[in-house]
Amino acid sequence: MKIQLSSLLLLISIYFTTAQTVTVCKAGCDYKSIQTAVDSSKSGNSILIKSGLYNEANIVIYKKSLHISGEEGTVIDTQNKGYGFSVEATDIVIKNLTIKNIKVSYTKEYAAILLFKSYDFAIENITVENAFFGFLIQKSKDGVIHNNTIAGQGKAEADSGNAIHLWHCKNVKITNNDVRRMRDGIYLEFGSNSYISNNYSNDNMRYGLHFMFSNDNIYEDNIFNANGAGVAVMFSKRIKMFRNVFKKNWGTASYGILLKEISDAELKHNIFEDNTIGINADGTNRILFTENTFSNNGYAVKVIGACYDNTYSKNNFLYNSFDLSYSGNLNSNTFENNYWSNYTGYDLDKNGFGDIPYRPVKLFSYLVNRTPESIVLLRSLFIDIIDFSEKVSPVFTPENLIDNKPLMTQVKW
Amino acid sequence: MVEITDLYKKFGKNDVLNGINLSIKEGGIFAVLGPNGSGKTTIIKSILGMVIPDSGSIKVFDTNIKNDSNYRHKIDYLPQIANFPSNLKVNELIKMIKDLRGNTIADQNLIETFKLKPFLNKKLGTLSGGTKQKVNIVLTFMFNSPIIILDEPTTGLDPISLIRLKELIKNEKAKGKTILITSHIMSFVEEVADNIVFILEGKIYFKGSISELKTLTKQQNFEHAIANILTENHA
Amino acid sequence: MLKILKYSFFDLMRSSWSYVYFAFYLLLGIVLLFLNNDLSKAVITLMNVIIVLVPLIGTIFGVMYYYNSKEFTELLLAQPLKRSSIFLGQYLGVAISLSMSLILGLGLPFIAYGLFKSSAIWDFSLLLIVGVFLTFIFSALAFNIALSHENKIKGFGYAILMWLFLAIIYDGLFLMSLILFEDYPLDKVSLIGTMLNPIDLSRTLILLKLDISALLGYTGAVFKQFFGTSFGLIVSFLALTIWVGLPVLRIIFKSNKKDF
Repeated sequence: MKIQLSSLLLLISIYFTTAQTVTVCKAGCDYKSIQTAVDSSKSGNSILIKSGLYNEANIVIYKKSLHISGEEGTVIDTQNKGYGFSVEATDIVIKNLTIKNIKVSYTKEYAAILLFKSYDFAIENITVENAFFGFLIQKSKDGVIHNNTIAGQGKAEADSGNAIHLWHCKNVKITNNDVRRMRDGIYLEFGSNSYISNNYSNDNMRYGLHFMFSNDNIYEDNIFNANGAGVAVMFSKRIKMFRNVFKKNWGTASYGILLKEISDAELKHNIFEDNTIGINADGTNRILFTENTFSNNGYAVKVIGACYDNTYSKNNFLYNSFDLSYSGNLNSNTFENNYWSNYTGYDLDKNGFGDIPYRPVKLFSYLVNRTPESIVLLRSLFIDIIDFSEKVSPVFTPENLIDNKPLMTQVKW
Repeated sequence: MVEITDLYKKFGKNDVLNGINLSIKEGGIFAVLGPNGSGKTTIIKSILGMVIPDSGSIKVFDTNIKNDSNYRHKIDYLPQIANFPSNLKVNELIKMIKDLRGNTIADQNLIETFKLKPFLNKKLGTLSGGTKQKVNIVLTFMFNSPIIILDEPTTGLDPISLIRLKELIKNEKAKGKTILITSHIMSFVEEVADNIVFILEGKIYFKGSISELKTLTKQQNFEHAIANILTENHA
Repeated sequence: MLKILKYSFFDLMRSSWSYVYFAFYLLLGIVLLFLNNDLSKAVITLMNVIIVLVPLIGTIFGVMYYYNSKEFTELLLAQPLKRSSIFLGQYLGVAISLSMSLILGLGLPFIAYGLFKSSAIWDFSLLLIVGVFLTFIFSALAFNIALSHENKIKGFGYAILMWLFLAIIYDGLFLMSLILFEDYPLDKVSLIGTMLNPIDLSRTLILLKLDISALLGYTGAVFKQFFGTSFGLIVSFLALTIWVGLPVLRIIFKSNKKDF
């Protein structure tokens, strides 16, 4: 009995030492600085940082599993000295903090939180103000980045970093974050099997979301507003893009989505609104574009070249200045059963499909590609006349680029 | 009263007025005569400011009419061809002119005189030429201006209306007004005019009273006297 | 002038043409909105109509009214009225009555459709403003042509030719010269070319609203400044005002010199 009791006590004491919570505050807590709290804690400890301003930078967590969280009003000011947290650990949680004034550098990528070779991590409810990089996560996997707000100064691409930057990561969930005025909102470089949803990426100078050599990812229900380009998907395979909103990406090199050298992707139920170019497709293969809505874009879709076996079907093309710009041959890409608001045909047999085919490429879009300044003649009567004559007998536009069964009513989903 | 000095006017290559000098004194009836295309209407339109002369000056009551429009308050004008906006009614037209020039009640008498009552609610486009001319006369005489200019006033009038017009002219003359008339009807001119001006090819060939013209040409008949000027100058 | 304006205006309001014009726009508005049921599409179609038809109708009406009211004009000329007030009065009478037909004809169906609750109200108001500008510009140009040509047929011919030139031929020549000189920087030239034609100018104003996304796709700094800021809007409106002002000045100038 005695032995049993003592072993129970032992178990309890072990339990308490592993799940021990230490506190940090200016006076009356276990520790006065976060770094000393980290250094004095054992793996498995929790650190609660009480409300207050902490002028600390480069807090290093090395091979220790810690759960760090702050009270409401806990602010860490790195005073432009470097990183906020620099972590290499497994089972690490950092949450409920404000981290601000991250050092801007042209040589080092200072971030509010740097994770290196960290597994099972969670970064939640972090607000980063005046960020250079927000979260820089390298060679890590199985993590969650949830409900964070990251904002930069957004002056120029060269002196700003990315809000959430994943490099060689796997299986990370990035959800409900708000990232703005950075270079890239979310950047996956060699990232795979990740899930990105419900983020709001706004006013970033380069891309709202950026994939580079990253395969098998899903992003859905995100909003990308007024970024240099909404999303850039480059050199990646098997990306699923569902229910995202891409809007007001305005400018010379601005797109809702920039697709470059990607294959086997699927785009469904996305909304492209008021972008200079909705989708810019360059070297895309076997991509299914279905049930998306393109409205009021300069170009809904711009196909640059080297695109094969892409299918555009059941999309709504509404009031775009140009529905489609196309370079090169048709290359077994198909456009069928889309709804085109510019379609002027009729449906006599009432089967829901227009009786005459629709040609989505206008002659004028060719002229504009050749002489960009001629855009000032958009919607001129003269242009309408030459577009019409081209429609009747195509000379410059690919003859077989037609939607043979255009829909008479908008696709609803 | 009206003082015209060195008036020249070309229409394209046509010299219409070639140095007209004319002084019209106050009171009396003044007839401007001449063959078709001699420049009668141009002179009248110049006085009214409708034709802008190439050179020369026109003074009405001692003010130069160039770039002025107020002096026209002192002139009543009966245009040669009575063309009116066709979808206006007669009484609307009268009301409009009153609105533009000032109110008057003289129109009631004139409408009575020329029996225009039944036409007041008709559109001008539906009226006959003679009736239009009567409306034209009403519009001209309803204002009490010191100068009256009548361009072919007898056009299209029936004999009774013609008599009334003559009476009207005489009455106005009796009030001491200056009346300027152009007409092709010589008997009408002889009956009403005190002085005549004869114009040919844009120049004044004769100016004076009818009796002076007769003595000058040694003709008893006015029409012959006029014909005489024409033949002599062309001989 | 106001009196002349009043008479010209009521004269026109009584003429059946104003009603035809009004009825045309009413019908167009109703068909676009209630048969199509798509406000954005209606606004785009309307833009095409306004840019092409309003100038044509302004031109024809202006010339027609000038020649048809010759008698009225002559009657007025003998009255103690300034010439400029006679012609400006008539011009404004035409321009205002046409604008009224346009605004009411299109406005009523749109209001009935529930425009005030719609976000398209700004696009629509811009369309109407541009339509009114075009009416004023083209009736003034028509008056100029009519004042310079005694011959009615000639006047009509020149007026239609002017419309044809500005509505279609100009853009053709414009496009050709842009393609011909595509090796040179053309953004300034193309903007200036736009300013020189009131139809292109109005189109640009509407593009600023409807197609801003497309316009911002081009590299030139001048383009960016013009289309990307309110600069373009201000300059375009200024240019439109000048386009009204110059022909009106010429009406005054020409009418003071003309013989009747």
